[in-house]
Amino acid sequence: MTCLPGKTDKALGLVIDLDTCVGCQACVTACKGWNDQGYGAPLSDQNPYGAEPSGTFLNRVHSYQVQPDAAAPMIVNFPRSCLHCADAPCVTVCPTGASYKRAEDGIVLVNEDACIGCGLCAWACPYGAREMDADAGVMKKCTLCVDRIYNDTLPEVDREPACVRTCPTGARHFGDLADPTSAVSQLVAARAGYDLMPEQATRPTNKYLPPRQKDRPDQASLLAPLLDIKATGFAGWLDRVLGKI
Amino acid sequence: MNQPFVNTSPQVSDEIRQTTCYMCACRCGINVHLKSGRVSYIEGNRDHPINKGVLCAKGASGIMQVTAPSRLRAPLRRVGPRGSGAFEEISWEEALQTAVDWMRPLRDTAPEKLAFFTGRDQSQALTGWWAQAFGTPNYAAHGGFCSVNMAAAGIYTLGGAFWEFGAPDWERSKLFVLFGVAEDHDSNPIKIGIGKMKARGARVIGVNPIRTGYNAVADDWIGITPGTDGLLILSLIHCLLESGKVDLDYLARFTNAAYLVNSTDGPNKGLFVRNAEAQPFVIDRRTGAPAPWEAKGVQPDLGAVWQGHRTVFQHMAERYLASEYAPEAVAERCGVTALRIRQLAAELASVAFDQAVEIAQPWVDFRGDEHATMIGRPVSFHAMRGISAHSNGFQTARALHLLQILLGAVETPGSWRMKPPYPKPVEAHPTPHFVSVPGKPLSGPILGYVRGPEQLALRPDGSPARIDKAYSWENPFSAHGLMHMVIPNAAAGEPYRIDTLFLYMANMAWNSSMNTAQVMQMLTAQESDGSYTIPRIIYSDAYASEMVAYADLILPDTTYLERHDCISMLDRPVSEPDAAGDAIRWPVVELDRDVRGFQSVLLDLGARLGLPGMVNSDGTALYKDYAEYMVNHLRRPGVGPLMGFRGTGAEEGRGAANPAQIARYIENGGFYQAHVPEAASFFKPWNMAYQEWAVEIGLFDTPQPYLFNIWSEPMRRFQLAAEGHGPHQPPDHLRDRLRQAMDPLPLWYAPFGDADERFPIHALTQRPMDMYHSWGSQNAWLRQIRGHNPLFVPTKLWKEHGFHEGDWARVTSANGQITVPVVHMAALNPHTVWTWNAIGKRKGAWALNDGAPEATRGFLLNHLISELLPPKGDGMRYSNSDPVTGQAAWFDLRVRIERVPAPDGGASLPAFGAVPRVVPEGGAK
Amino acid sequence: MNPAPSVIVFTVLSGMGFGYLALLATFHDYSGAAAFWHWAFGYVLATIGLMASVFHLGNPQRAWRAFTQWRSSWLSREAWGAVLTLLAFAPLALSDWLGLGLPRGFGWLGAALALATVLATGMIYAQIRAVPRWHHWSVPLLFLAYAVAGGCLLAGFRVSAILALVAVAITLWLHWRIGDGAFARAGSTLGSATGLGARGAVSVFEPAHTAGSYLLREMIYVVGRRHVPKLRMLALGAGVAAPVLALLLVPGTAGFGLAILLYLVGALAQRWLFFAQAEHVVGLYYGKR
Ligand SMILES: Nc1nc2c(c(=O)[nH]1)N[C@H]1C(S)=C(S)[C@@H](COP(=O)(O)OP(=O)(O)OC[C@H]3O[C@@H](n4cnc5c(=O)[nH]c(N)nc54)[C@H](O)[C@@H]3O)O[C@H]1N2
Ligand SMILES: Nc1nc2c(c(=O)[nH]1)N[C@H]1C(S)=C(S)[C@@H](COP(=O)(O)OP(=O)(O)OC[C@H]3O[C@@H](n4cnc5c(=O)[nH]c(N)nc54)[C@H](O)[C@@H]3O)O[C@H]1N2
Ligand code: SF4
Ligand code: SF4
Ligand code: SF4
Ligand code: SF4
Ligand code: SF4
Ligand SMILES: [Mo]
Repeated sequence: MTCLPGKTDKALGLVIDLDTCVGCQACVTACKGWNDQGYGAPLSDQNPYGAEPSGTFLNRVHSYQVQPDAAAPMIVNFPRSCLHCADAPCVTVCPTGASYKRAEDGIVLVNEDACIGCGLCAWACPYGAREMDADAGVMKKCTLCVDRIYNDTLPEVDREPACVRTCPTGARHFGDLADPTSAVSQLVAARAGYDLMPEQATRPTNKYLPPRQKDRPDQASLLAPLLDIKATGFAGWLDRVLGKI
Repeated sequence: MNQPFVNTSPQVSDEIRQTTCYMCACRCGINVHLKSGRVSYIEGNRDHPINKGVLCAKGASGIMQVTAPSRLRAPLRRVGPRGSGAFEEISWEEALQTAVDWMRPLRDTAPEKLAFFTGRDQSQALTGWWAQAFGTPNYAAHGGFCSVNMAAAGIYTLGGAFWEFGAPDWERSKLFVLFGVAEDHDSNPIKIGIGKMKARGARVIGVNPIRTGYNAVADDWIGITPGTDGLLILSLIHCLLESGKVDLDYLARFTNAAYLVNSTDGPNKGLFVRNAEAQPFVIDRRTGAPAPWEAKGVQPDLGAVWQGHRTVFQHMAERYLASEYAPEAVAERCGVTALRIRQLAAELASVAFDQAVEIAQPWVDFRGDEHATMIGRPVSFHAMRGISAHSNGFQTARALHLLQILLGAVETPGSWRMKPPYPKPVEAHPTPHFVSVPGKPLSGPILGYVRGPEQLALRPDGSPARIDKAYSWENPFSAHGLMHMVIPNAAAGEPYRIDTLFLYMANMAWNSSMNTAQVMQMLTAQESDGSYTIPRIIYSDAYASEMVAYADLILPDTTYLERHDCISMLDRPVSEPDAAGDAIRWPVVELDRDVRGFQSVLLDLGARLGLPGMVNSDGTALYKDYAEYMVNHLRRPGVGPLMGFRGTGAEEGRGAANPAQIARYIENGGFYQAHVPEAASFFKPWNMAYQEWAVEIGLFDTPQPYLFNIWSEPMRRFQLAAEGHGPHQPPDHLRDRLRQAMDPLPLWYAPFGDADERFPIHALTQRPMDMYHSWGSQNAWLRQIRGHNPLFVPTKLWKEHGFHEGDWARVTSANGQITVPVVHMAALNPHTVWTWNAIGKRKGAWALNDGAPEATRGFLLNHLISELLPPKGDGMRYSNSDPVTGQAAWFDLRVRIERVPAPDGGASLPAFGAVPRVVPEGGAK
Repeated sequence: MNPAPSVIVFTVLSGMGFGYLALLATFHDYSGAAAFWHWAFGYVLATIGLMASVFHLGNPQRAWRAFTQWRSSWLSREAWGAVLTLLAFAPLALSDWLGLGLPRGFGWLGAALALATVLATGMIYAQIRAVPRWHHWSVPLLFLAYAVAGGCLLAGFRVSAILALVAVAITLWLHWRIGDGAFARAGSTLGSATGLGARGAVSVFEPAHTAGSYLLREMIYVVGRRHVPKLRMLALGAGVAAPVLALLLVPGTAGFGLAILLYLVGALAQRWLFFAQAEHVVGLYYGKR
């Protein structure tokens, strides 16, 4: 079970556009809301109104500053959840088989009924995608909303992850990354989507789209269109301008 | 391998009920999932015009709002000293009777002694009408401290404003420039729109001292120095004019650029030259002779000079062509290089004119002239409080509208468009009504738009008629009132004393007030006889906010899932540029405590007081509750709070009351849309197809085409008064200020307080996308995301002060001092520090633990702001507001910072004592 | 990484216990009551450790499931190893106690299993690429060295114990030396973690949440790292040098007793450091390691 299935029929995953994510945290609470009542144990909160609240979240949005050498500094918002790695180390370390990668679609799941809460899989994940629920004592992680995407009690359009459905800017995309013709694969190809920490050899399924080139270089050529009227004095100006009608 | 079985098709819920979100004023449609009658999950309604299925972080965690331990549970009456937190629970009957006992004598003798101000609600059509019926002029909502500059500048210039009342043409716009926006009311539509534009490869430019959120994803960032946008915009206008890159045809046809400005010295100077029918007119280029502005075929001449009077266009061009607006002259002040300004101007011009969009849709304008296609300038703008919350905000917003107009980029394909009921010219708005007569309603709506000094809300002795001094010489165009001045003025008895302060949904004892510490004192201030300076305070809140502790009588509201609400065309509807739309809320879960929807309570109070429109002829209540009012109330014949399913159910906009209306709304997902016909969807102010449609659905009673106001005559009338003309004269100490601020053409002046060299640094706040003012902190999920806030410091200041990670700073303004943690931020204007708004909480409020990070580490900048400016040389203290509209100048704040050791216990300063608890501290969920 | 006391106790005691049992089975020849007490002592040590690790679980009642994934999981292999070892020693233990005379060669099988179990424990850590300091063969070696040294001390083999302690010192030194550069060599940076490194210098602007979380508590434990040099001195000084001196200078059982105590202090310090000093790459996302 904790052996990886090798090649999966599909590689379902997310493509996250860092050029568009405004860091609104909508995907964070949509994920919490959905998973609080869905797959497995609820996502508990400790001390919810206390001095040191803490709780289980399957998706967290960070924010980084990037300071290029010769351009304006940037802020990049950065959602982080399970990447459903092809070579998922979290799966192979699991002693109980609770952690597994589905052969049919590559989704990495925890079977909570079998999880002993040893925490080893969370150690093995380089991306911090697993959180042990303090109430239930089982490992929680992004399920890729497996209970939405195939859910035939939901209308067809809604069979996508809760975080994707809610993202106001459309920065999150869901699809089959094993199929080169899928919209997500094409997006990844067009926008040079990349893997996080490739050196960790996990071969993530999820891809990130880099921020587009920002901020115009200070070049003067853009000014050209503004130079086609030159006149001296207000009357001359008026003449030239109104002469254009 | 055998994988465990996963039920991939669990039943999500027993039932879905569709209503409208209210974690903020965006008004998204939501699907509320219920399991065994309890909310289990909330998601966006895909069919809803506002959010199209998406939700923000707050909306998606609405469930935590409904289960919050901070909810009030029953009416409360103060029993100990005010602010001591000693309350007793009383019955609704007692509560309502108490309120009536306090209010009735006021209505019978001096209705103005009741001041009724409302905060974040969307029921202004009801609350304003109620106040009018009560007969007090002292009514307004929160717009005066929020963004009245945007509203007023928009209405006076375009007959429509930013806020959520207009939107870029997200499908066609190729360049979108945002000035001073972090989130805004229309937050999901803006996010959806930016997402769409970026997906299309259109460009987004953010003009903002701070590069987060929308500005972080913008393709270009212009990190302007706060308060200087007006100068930047006028410089862009300079460049466009200098190069002739303006839409002359648009200016001539659709704006007052061709009106003649009276050049004769005297009381009419600067007003429009008028014909015998007192109508301004234009010179027709075909004949060179005067012609009515609206006549068929007329071609208004922008260059005309008639009897020595020149056109608005010439006045405008002359002003902005002056070298003081050259990029080189403004660059340093704005913190933007001259090259960058010219580039931006060039980009605007190039997209507007070289990449124009054309839609094959013929249309007919108000002159009867036919246009074969719709040609548009795909440049759009949006602006909000970054512009408006400065004391030069009104004129800056006017400048931005002028820029839009010059580019031909309002109401054209690809540009910025208005949402019904806008466009609506200033002439179609009411003027303010303020003369109170005991026992009588006011003769008309309380809030409105003044056209000249004679319409100011002044008493015969010239003193302000309103407690907030709205529509006085201090701020003539205060179209939304001045909520931030109510408590200070009431405490000072300026211009007079009031008896009862009636507040709804506004946390005035904390984040909504400038100068929090003093406002808390004012709320508890006593006279020598021991009576309170503000004798009575009635407050409606749904939660244990900081304000609750300062009230004498608390009318606890329901949460948004437990009541009827009406998001009406008469108020702040859910329209889109292509459709008028309104929506409802309805009780999707049952109440489990003794609280009542405030609107129903207000109607009940009105009926008990016998207010006109709220009682039958026999004195009994006309409306059982708000739901009945929503269905049956008529504002004008056939026009009620809700536009959809009227009469038989098929009538739109106009029609008799339909008892099944609410049921039909519920069936329809909680909202209604009336779609603008294709031929009417652009050029709305001038498009006859639109004008006729608007009349048909009841937006107006007659077509109201009009011209955009580049030159503002109402403003000039105030300038004339300041110059000594006319019977209505301002006090002398205000003449100079009025002369400057009421310029009929947009101008820039430095924000008040900028001159104080002791405080060289700008200090701003931004709304976090995941918190709504004070009320997000009671949400157990959101408070984990953002439970405290640091002061962000730009690289330059970080280095200058030798800050390191984990350091603290003392921040000092002319009004006070705070000590707070600092964090370095590179993508920030070098003269600016900032923090997230309203994260800091007072201990004891919101059912949070006393050690909650919101109360210990979190802080407000409000402690540094004051509703009054420091005393002037003449000893006068002006309000910290825009001189045109009275908009609170939150972002004029100037400070200095010093590196200091962390305070004891790592808690920010000042640390206020705990506010007494009115609900117990929250435990486990 | 969070140095959870249960895991520290587990690894130290079980390692020592298995080491001791292995020696008991191979080089000793107790009988009767002495055999009973010695075997019992070894069993108790090994089991206390195992129990401690079970208490660390979120759902200990399902601990049996940890036996199912021996094909892929080192933790599962360790579990099997532990149980098999304890089972394998049982006949010999009984025989020693009751004088059944089982051949001593039997003990070698158990000893091999015991060492394999300790190796598996080490591999649980060494397999984790996300913690570069651990992801190295020096880790199982270190665990083995500690187990053997602990075993020798308990077994009362003076010379072997001294040699084993020297081996501990060498592996420790190696482990630290290699470990100190491991994070950098692994090549994970905030730049690679976000993929933004090529754009410019990347730093944390705001944390994802201001509140605490499992990740921060478990993986991003930065408390006490400044005590590293002191703790290393303690591990080497108290855990190796001092026991060696004790063995050399103090004759008889007293020397062993002292050495064992010192060894335990050093081993616990080392194990605490083993966790506390180990930086998980996820810390990059938080600007903390
Ligand atoms: N420093 C600084 N201060 C600012 C600003 C800034 O930018 N910087 N912005 C200003 C602006 S624009 C605004 S609009 C104000 C906002 O300030 P407020 O309007 O005061 O907003 P809130 O703090 O959300 O307070 C609203 C109150 O409504 C209550 N409430 C919530 N839901 C309900 C309900 O369903 N029914 C009832 N009856 N009550 C409810 C809440 O509990 C809370 O007490 O803040 C202003 N203050
Ligand atoms: N999530 C969330 N949404 C909200 C609210 C909320 O509390 N939370 N509040 C609602 C309310 S009441 C309001 S009024 C709206 C306000 O919505 P916004 O107008 O977006 O309000 P602020 O967050 O105050 O943002 C002001 C922006 O202006 C920038 N700024 C400040 N000074 C200047 C300047 O001089 N020039 C320029 N160019 N920029 C400047 C600031 O950096 C900041 O980005 O949001 C509404 N929506
Ligand atoms: S991201 Fe982490 S939890 Fe998800 S599959 Fe990869 S290693 Fe496992
Ligand atoms: S915590 Fe659960 S899923 Fe993770 S490794 Fe342990 S048993 Fe497997
Ligand atoms: S796919 Fe589902 S579980 Fe995963 S982050 Fe998105 S909402 Fe959460
Ligand atoms: S919802 Fe979308 S825009 Fe918002 S934080 Fe998540 S990915 Fe970013
Ligand atoms: S923006 Fe968010 S909080 Fe506001 S109405 Fe929409 S979903 Fe609700
Ligand atoms: Mo506001």
